[in-house]
Amino acid sequence: MPSLVGSRVERKEDKKFLTGKGRYTADINLVNQTYAFFVRSPHARAKIKNVDTSKASKAPGVVKILTGKDLADDKIGGLIAGWKIVSQDGKDMKVPPHPPLASSTVNYVGDHVAVVIAESLDEAKYAASLVKVDYKILKAVVGTADAMKSEPIHEGIEKNLCFDFGLGDKAKTDEALSKADKVIKIDLNNNRLIPNAMEPRASIGDYNPSSEELTLYTANQNPHLTRLVLSAFCAIQPEHKFRVVAPDVGGGFGSKIYPYAEDAVVAWAAKKIERPVKWVAERSESFLSDCHGRDHVTHAELGVQNDGTITALKVETIANLGGYASLFATVTPTYLYAPLILGLYNIPVAFCNVKAVFTNTAPVDAYRGAGRPEATYMIERLVDKAAREMGIDQAEFRSKNFISKFPHQQCLVHNIDSGDYSAHLKKALEVADYKNFNERKKQSEAKGKLRGIGFSTYIEACGIAPSAVVMSIGAGVGLWESAEVRFNATGNVSVFTGAHSHGQGHATTFAQIVSDKLGVPLENIDLIHGDTDKGPFGMGTYGSRSLAVGGSAIVKACDKIIDKGKKVAAHMLEANPDDVEFKEGEFVVKGSNKKKTIGEIAFACYLPGQYGEIKSPLPEGVEPGLKETAFYDPVNFSFPAGSHICEVEVDQTTGETSIAAYTAVDDFGTVINPMIVEGQVHGGVAQGIGQALYENAFYDKSGQLITGSFMDYAMPKADNFPEIKIDYTCTPATSNPLGSKGCGEAGAIAAPPAVMNAVIDAIGTDISMPATAEKVWEACNKNKKSNAKAA
Amino acid sequence: MKKISLEVNGKNIEKEVPDHTTLSDLLRDTLNLTGTHVGCDTSQCGACVVHVDGKSIKSCTALAADISGSKVTTIEGLVKNGKMHPMQEAFKKLHGLQCGFCTPGMVMSAIDLIKTQKNPSESEIRKWLEGNICRCTGYQNIVAAVKEASTKM
Repeated sequence: MPSLVGSRVERKEDKKFLTGKGRYTADINLVNQTYAFFVRSPHARAKIKNVDTSKASKAPGVVKILTGKDLADDKIGGLIAGWKIVSQDGKDMKVPPHPPLASSTVNYVGDHVAVVIAESLDEAKYAASLVKVDYKILKAVVGTADAMKSEPIHEGIEKNLCFDFGLGDKAKTDEALSKADKVIKIDLNNNRLIPNAMEPRASIGDYNPSSEELTLYTANQNPHLTRLVLSAFCAIQPEHKFRVVAPDVGGGFGSKIYPYAEDAVVAWAAKKIERPVKWVAERSESFLSDCHGRDHVTHAELGVQNDGTITALKVETIANLGGYASLFATVTPTYLYAPLILGLYNIPVAFCNVKAVFTNTAPVDAYRGAGRPEATYMIERLVDKAAREMGIDQAEFRSKNFISKFPHQQCLVHNIDSGDYSAHLKKALEVADYKNFNERKKQSEAKGKLRGIGFSTYIEACGIAPSAVVMSIGAGVGLWESAEVRFNATGNVSVFTGAHSHGQGHATTFAQIVSDKLGVPLENIDLIHGDTDKGPFGMGTYGSRSLAVGGSAIVKACDKIIDKGKKVAAHMLEANPDDVEFKEGEFVVKGSNKKKTIGEIAFACYLPGQYGEIKSPLPEGVEPGLKETAFYDPVNFSFPAGSHICEVEVDQTTGETSIAAYTAVDDFGTVINPMIVEGQVHGGVAQGIGQALYENAFYDKSGQLITGSFMDYAMPKADNFPEIKIDYTCTPATSNPLGSKGCGEAGAIAAPPAVMNAVIDAIGTDISMPATAEKVWEACNKNKKSNAKAA
Repeated sequence: MKKISLEVNGKNIEKEVPDHTTLSDLLRDTLNLTGTHVGCDTSQCGACVVHVDGKSIKSCTALAADISGSKVTTIEGLVKNGKMHPMQEAFKKLHGLQCGFCTPGMVMSAIDLIKTQKNPSESEIRKWLEGNICRCTGYQNIVAAVKEASTKM
């Protein structure tokens, strides 16, 4: 059987999606189901004086109306921030309570005030319009940069400051900067984004009063952790009587990692009314209440010697957390950001300060890349500016400062096990035809257009994460992954993983690994995930971790299967277990033609009886059955890296920027399915281009979300892109048995600085994201005016 | 309430539904054809595209009562004799889908394009798909799949 690892295997899951047989949460309807509609705050900041449900309760079809008071009466706990950050002064971060239904204050437009449950959605909506909430409207705090100077929005949290985090050696960094030949300074905004997975969030609570079991169906990347939080912190239902099912999930990009208020409320409400409660978000609700991403304001300084050697880096960032601290909100701008400010450069000393602030906006949490895009945008813009100011070629400046020996202990946190940064830069320069760029620039100029080229050489930390490391720096859970490989008696294999695909093709990639390991045909392998009642506890899919961590757990479980199989085969073949080799699905006694297929071994394991003359196939002391569970805890993060090069063409008359060419050369370590990996790069790059040129979540001064629909928030469309050119280099990861590093977030991390550096190269002036036509036109015109004056 | 009669995926349907029932709600909630998805509330995302009398429309913005008497084809109606439509095959072969949520609308929209324009160029395909949003794929493999399917239809 030819090896499947490294092959472009068509996806096992595609047929159901292509024929309309996918089963997303909103597709599920239960007998005797009710419908939930949330009453949300129309104000960014207000005190709730009174919630009057008397008129609404009498509306037709209403089953129940629940408010924050009911929640408090039932002692339902709040949502949590899962990672404790300690400030520079040694004090713990400050987080406000986050009840799933607000009872005293609301903190962003869309915050949850009450839920109306009715026989039909129309009736729930109508009754919700009759719920009278008496608000005392307060002045909203909206802007990231000004939040610390504004009135505190949460009691006891001075300056709206969640934490003041520091990483690195400040004194040494200041000293090195003072001694540098040149200090390059930059001020940046990392624009707030709305993840906008195409499937709006949805949840259905279903309580069985007979068995006292509660089931929550939810569009979620992380069902076990969702169950844990809703059990341990919200106290809705004990974990052993609580099943969380995430069926097919229509994209997530981080936004579906967390249990949301709606999950908690429908689960609690279903138990309360003993009927299923279904909630499906309208897109406008997604805009308002899905966790947003990014939203940093940063000042950074880079010390450089005259020969182009980087000597120090200092970064000061204000990160907007929104109205509450969401599950991964506190780790995203700290440990997923600060260690990555160094990029893939050899920087001897650095310091990063992050002040995280609360504002009256939707909570901000992990969105594709989570912290790493913000770090990469900062360092890649800064390095670009340094090269420009020093008159050194962009590629040469980067190359000169690349880490070149591995393993490399960075001055902040990470020990990078492997990489070859010059190799992917060299390849990217070739694929992008860098040497003929000036020729293309002239051609653009002949058409009256400006052309620019931009680089982004990036690194990210994936394979999240070694539990001992992350728990020592505040993580509330370990970040290992689980797997179970279960041979059925007839020889086919059920594989259970704690990771949960929401578009990444796990059913195929993981089956490719198992097929190669166990010599079982792909069609006889099935992946089961997304259901806490089926597989072992797992930590879900995010942080490009599923293959490096979850895939490694599967490898480990397969190894256990092979170990047991060898014992059984040896017994059946009357050989010593040490003399049995396993290869391509067969257990063979070395130096002989005696062998058993793995299917025969599986069958024997399930039928261990003695039949007349036929002895039991199982050696003494070996249990029947062939099923193994493994938990894999990585020894280190993995470090994907790459070089992306973007060329843009700018029309000065309209300000419109178009991507003329885009090249991505990535080192993801071992690639299992290149077709799926390419898809991940395409999608990531598209989101990165979206951030750079189009997307921006904009709140006005009163905290109203102005970009609250697809009419106002510019989602990238098919005609916004050219074909993206993709190539790879490969230095396998040493931290996991597969050698894989992770690929899901790379595009979103690498693309924004590549695009922005290209725009800046084209128009010759700094500009902030998103580089919309309006902003670019203004910048071009200002340039023209100042050029005219100078002349 | 309005009485409507439709032919959906070759079957005659007669139902009485509230006046404001959209075609997407009728398909999903009444006929249990949940392959048609609803991804927005402003007619932008295109996840709900179906064919009405052979033309692609956004079913979230059509009233079921308004199209009474029409022939409707949904994503579930494309498989013939157990074989997927060439557009579905091309999406599978070229990895034109990831999470699958926008896919039914993409496929239905793309089929309409090829019906009206035999051999569209890459830029014509990209322009046509402007009304269908995909957040996963960056559209590259979708465009390639539509191109591939155009040679097989």
